[in-house]
Amino acid sequence: MLKRSLRRGALVGGVLVFIALIGAPAAFAREPVVRGVVTLSQLLLAIGALLAGSGAAPATRTRSTGAVVAAGAIAGAVCMLLLALLALLVSAVDLRQVLVNATPQLVDELTLGRGVVTGSTVLVVLGTVLGALGGWSTRLPAAISRSAVLAGAAVVVVGVLRDKGLAIAEAVALGVAVWAVAYGRSRWGSALATRYQRVQRRNSTMVSIVVWIAGLFILLGLPSILGTYGTSVLDLVGLYVLMGLGLNIVVGYAGLLDLGYVAFFTIGAYVTGLLTSPAASTQLGLSFWIAWPLAMVAAAGAGALLGIPVLRMRGDYLAIVTLGFGEIIRILVLSDTFKSVLGGAQGIIEIPGPSIGSFTMMRPQHFYYLILIGVMIVVFVSRRISDSRVGRAWMAIREDEDVAEATGVNLVKYKLLAFAMGASFSGIGGAIFASWVHSVFPNSFTLLVSINILSLVIVGGIGSIPGVILGAFFLVGLPEVLRSFADFRMITFGALLVAMMIARPEGLWPAKSRRRELHLEVAE
Amino acid sequence: MATLEVQGIHSFYGNIEALKGVSLCVNDGEIVTLIGANGAGKSTTLNTICGLVRPRQGTISLDGEVISGLPAHQVVARGVSQAPEGRRIFSRLRVFDNLEMGAFLRKDKDGIASDMERVFELFPRLGERRDQVGGTLSGGEQQMLAIGRALMARPRILLLDEPSMGLAPLLVQEIFSIVQIINAEGTTILLVEQNAHMALSVASRAYVLQSGSVVLEGTSAEVAGNPEVKRAYLGEG
Ligand SMILES: Nc1ncnc2c1ncn2[C@@H]1O[C@H](COP(=O)(O)OP(=O)(O)OP(=O)(O)O)[C@@H](O)[C@H]1O
Ligand SMILES: [Mg+2]
Repeated sequence: MLKRSLRRGALVGGVLVFIALIGAPAAFAREPVVRGVVTLSQLLLAIGALLAGSGAAPATRTRSTGAVVAAGAIAGAVCMLLLALLALLVSAVDLRQVLVNATPQLVDELTLGRGVVTGSTVLVVLGTVLGALGGWSTRLPAAISRSAVLAGAAVVVVGVLRDKGLAIAEAVALGVAVWAVAYGRSRWGSALATRYQRVQRRNSTMVSIVVWIAGLFILLGLPSILGTYGTSVLDLVGLYVLMGLGLNIVVGYAGLLDLGYVAFFTIGAYVTGLLTSPAASTQLGLSFWIAWPLAMVAAAGAGALLGIPVLRMRGDYLAIVTLGFGEIIRILVLSDTFKSVLGGAQGIIEIPGPSIGSFTMMRPQHFYYLILIGVMIVVFVSRRISDSRVGRAWMAIREDEDVAEATGVNLVKYKLLAFAMGASFSGIGGAIFASWVHSVFPNSFTLLVSINILSLVIVGGIGSIPGVILGAFFLVGLPEVLRSFADFRMITFGALLVAMMIARPEGLWPAKSRRRELHLEVAE
Repeated sequence: MATLEVQGIHSFYGNIEALKGVSLCVNDGEIVTLIGANGAGKSTTLNTICGLVRPRQGTISLDGEVISGLPAHQVVARGVSQAPEGRRIFSRLRVFDNLEMGAFLRKDKDGIASDMERVFELFPRLGERRDQVGGTLSGGEQQMLAIGRALMARPRILLLDEPSMGLAPLLVQEIFSIVQIINAEGTTILLVEQNAHMALSVASRAYVLQSGSVVLEGTSAEVAGNPEVKRAYLGEG
């Protein structure tokens, strides 16, 4: 048992030392999670100690609680001891020639600003306590500990998202609320669900109206909880949800791998720019409300157009051709040939925000509501269509084209419909994007956007609407949240992505029919 | 007039001529079987009838109406449906959705519902698994689903491509007896088989295909009595 504790403590401690030496604590130190109480770098250490402690506890229940707590305490202490040694080493020897991040600031961060000797002692003592806590937590019923993890995660995410962190009271309230909901759900969830179903059956409209209104209130209130920065992140996530749901129709439902999906986003954005900007070559200066349906139609048309040459293609060939299509559109808008119309590299500027009467949308909070409406419409359409005859035809095409045709599915019609429909969602996204950033430049529409959208669909769970939404939060929201960590953003993000695909290859929230499968197979 | 009349069809895969002038006919209410060695062109014949492969020459007609040249989704609308070789069920869709797909072109909700009930009567194992994903069914259940899906189109003629493939003898018996029930209820059947014994025992007439040409045809008894067939397909003499 001692060996296990030592090993676990050393492992987590080693990882933390590594993270420290790549400079994370210094970057994380600027990020208060709970104002005046704890920063993200301190939380990182605490989480490490907790993990070491809980990992040291043997899986079997044969040991007494005391033994488990002791094992955890040892692991936590070992883990923090390594960091204390690092602090001692860095303060005694100047290693900056070799390890650029071995700075006095790192020592300060590791020793909680209390000087090397006192700080190291405090660190190890805290490690012991937290490790013991971690060990003890393994003896708690899963419902309690899992809810606590969720609550902690919620506090961290919201705290990081908020510009200056949460106040103590807010953090406590949020943590307790999330814990209570999560605990309640895991404890009484299924009973509640059956109760709910019973009530719902009795007076279904009433109940669903209440649920909808409650959900709506939360959604409407989010901008005021998150503040300006948080809301702009949310806006970006929302735009990607729009596009993700569009691509989900093409790739998830119809199984047509499209790597040039950004093309329709580009078209939506440029059409909106051309129609609304007084500075554009067209000088039309139309209202956003006229422009967006046209942008949607133009994107849908382009989708169908792309569909025609690729009707007979499958799998990887289709992927290559669509990839080329995305690049062609970007190069066209960048080209000198169309410079007089589309502005070349200068793009189109002075695109006005949408206005209602004399009010013009400017702030992220305004766009939040616009995007929310867009997302709700697209979710609704996606849901209805996936349960419809059209949805079934798409899924049959995805499963087996020949057999689908032999059961009566007109491949030409349904494939073009999938391309057009998917493209139209992206066109709406492009229209909103153009009026949100007030300009369009070819550089905003690179292959990376297509890849991002495809990744969020896959990570979320291909073919699943909640999956796409979660995927957008994970792939678009998270990197934004991590933005203040500069260099570690992509390292952390990449590591999370790899870990996630190993742990949940079927996606965060897989479509029902996909749950059993492990690997994504592309067409044929 | 024959229900299905195939006249001198030539089908190609690129430059390879897989069918070299195949002719056959199936009369109303019959079970006709098409037997032959691997690669003889049996599946190609069925796929040509379905419209998945276009013949370069020859005509196919259903109840006197020419259907060759139509795309597959229009051929099924005329009343031809196939349970293809290797089942090819929609593996990520539920049993229920697979059957619904079989009735894709039909608009009569009540008729679809009652036909689905009929499929579940014929294959009770499918009824127990209507919400199970197709890909997780056993091989035998998948074959039942493939036949059920084809039946859901309410076809004039049902094409079965090797329904016994890879199934245990007992299950083959079961499938064949259900094929006979389906036929007795009025569906005309063209049956492709490797298992010539079983096929000849349920069919009234038979064609033997060899390298893309029909080399022998007649009643099942005649074909079964042919010494060459006995040797090559029935493993006798
Ligand atoms: N898609 C294809 N492309 C090229 N050649 C093909 C294709 N499908 C079949 N063939 C060829 O056409 C010939 C006839 O094949 P077919 O599948 O019709 O045979 P079969 O009688 O059904 O055989 P089996 O009993 O093994 O199923 C074979 O030589 C085969 O290799
Ligand atoms: Mg075959």
